[in-house]
Amino acid sequence: MKKTIPLTLIFIAGLLGVISFVIPHPSYQVYDEWIRNDLLRVLSAFAVVLALGSLLRVHFDKIRRKRKNWQFSWLLLVAFGASAIIGLFGGVAADGILPTTIGSFPFDIQTLYENIVIPLASSMFALLAFFMASAAYRAFRVRSMEATLLLGAAFIVMIGVLPLGYSISQHLPGFVQWILNVPNVAGQRGIVFGIALGVVATSLKIILGIERAWLGGGE
Amino acid sequence: MILILLCALVGLAPPTDVRAYDTPSDGGGEVVVEWRLSTDDETIDGYDIYRSENGADFVKVGFIGKNRSSYGDRTEDGVTYQYKVAVVSDTLRSFSQPSAEVASSASWINVAKLNIYVAMILFGGLILYFIYHARKGKKLFIRKIAGLQAIDDAVGRATEMGKPILYTLGLGYIEDIATIASLNILGEVAKKTAQYDTKLIVPNADPIVYTVAREIVKESYTKVGRPDAYDPDSVFFLAREQMAYAAGIDGIMTRERPATNFLVGYFAAESLVLAETGAATGAIQIAGTDALAQLPFFVTACDYTLIGEELYAASAYISKRPLLLGAIKGEDWAKVIIATALILASVIGLLSRFPILNLFQ
Repeated sequence: MKKTIPLTLIFIAGLLGVISFVIPHPSYQVYDEWIRNDLLRVLSAFAVVLALGSLLRVHFDKIRRKRKNWQFSWLLLVAFGASAIIGLFGGVAADGILPTTIGSFPFDIQTLYENIVIPLASSMFALLAFFMASAAYRAFRVRSMEATLLLGAAFIVMIGVLPLGYSISQHLPGFVQWILNVPNVAGQRGIVFGIALGVVATSLKIILGIERAWLGGGE
Repeated sequence: MILILLCALVGLAPPTDVRAYDTPSDGGGEVVVEWRLSTDDETIDGYDIYRSENGADFVKVGFIGKNRSSYGDRTEDGVTYQYKVAVVSDTLRSFSQPSAEVASSASWINVAKLNIYVAMILFGGLILYFIYHARKGKKLFIRKIAGLQAIDDAVGRATEMGKPILYTLGLGYIEDIATIASLNILGEVAKKTAQYDTKLIVPNADPIVYTVAREIVKESYTKVGRPDAYDPDSVFFLAREQMAYAAGIDGIMTRERPATNFLVGYFAAESLVLAETGAATGAIQIAGTDALAQLPFFVTACDYTLIGEELYAASAYISKRPLLLGAIKGEDWAKVIIATALILASVIGLLSRFPILNLFQ
């Protein structure tokens, strides 16, 4: 029973999903929309509660056991509590019952998001430049035939897109474009074919109950 | 009247053969209007589309630029409409004859996707055929996938070093097939960590994925007879924000120093941040994603990368269950059919280029 109910539900949901692809009529699409949007949203709401519970439990545990860098967990808990209170009672954009300004200083959720979360995310994103440099160094170490090919192709493409490339040979930019348009696209399409077929096969396996690893595995 | 006279004087030819029909294979609410271009098409501004419900009072419902000969109009199902198309040149208009009456309606079957249905049936049939053979006990050969063969070594290494294994599911939602494939692999990896008594860390970015992942890990530990070894805090929710999630995992990598990192699922720009940090900590890294743009980063920074379909095949490959292997075999044969069709089409395309061999033109 523990397995039969989820498998039956998956089969029905999967079948409904396939049927929605075949039947464009609104009288059916309404149900599909309901499953995709409303039902999934309700499930998400329950899952968010569980997820936030998990987040708090992990950090409370970290503080209690004084694990490495446990002080930062306090920072998270304070930020979490402050955001929750401001968001719940102050509204998203200062439209709640709680005042979200001190003088001309606003601290509503929208302002906090735009002035704290986004700059922090941008800082992390900016680190990509350095990670790319180290990844490029790693990629260009000639260790195998594939790495040599990668190095050669990358070198040609980099030179070819610069004005220097044209001064070396007027055919070089065209050759670079050919590398990008033909071997590169051919490889990508090959992967896309595999992905598309894999998606269909995986979906079919799950709908038919052949793939059960998501239930913790087993026959 | 003055405008008509002006049109006649400047000789602005109206569009002809205006035809309106219900958009086929749609959910209703749209009529397609088509016309033959005005002979003055090169010199005009475009076309105004007019609609009437009674055949007399035409109201403008849209405009489309020159050299265009069709327009999709949003309509109410069951209401009968007629259309006129007018050539527009500055303030001048030259109207076509009205179209025949038309009413939009919703279709029950999307005939436009017929080719997809055929492919689905063909491909589904192949998979079911090989599953049937696998069920009957036929031995199926599956090529070796280095990244998946390394899983045992990776778990063993972590056990020997007494260090944890980090399993990252990426940013995907539960409806993403890459996330589902990753959850399938997580189930198999969790069984191994349970058997070897190795610590498993599974941070999540999505609340629903977190709940499913937690159940999978718990179930896997129970499956191999080690429910006592399951740590409820090993699977936890980290952050929904992309870079907050990346920063959190980077923190875990540098603090806990896992011996093995699994980066399997859907990833975006954070892929390189995670993979490079993992490489810097000296962990064995097994990555897998169907996000094409992230594959080069994983190939560069990780020891093994499951590329596209290998990610979906992983669960079958690890569990060695015949039914799952049958599905992979079916997948492979579908690829053979597609590759054959592509080669044939390319050969036909090439042959048609030679005038002497224009059999296929």
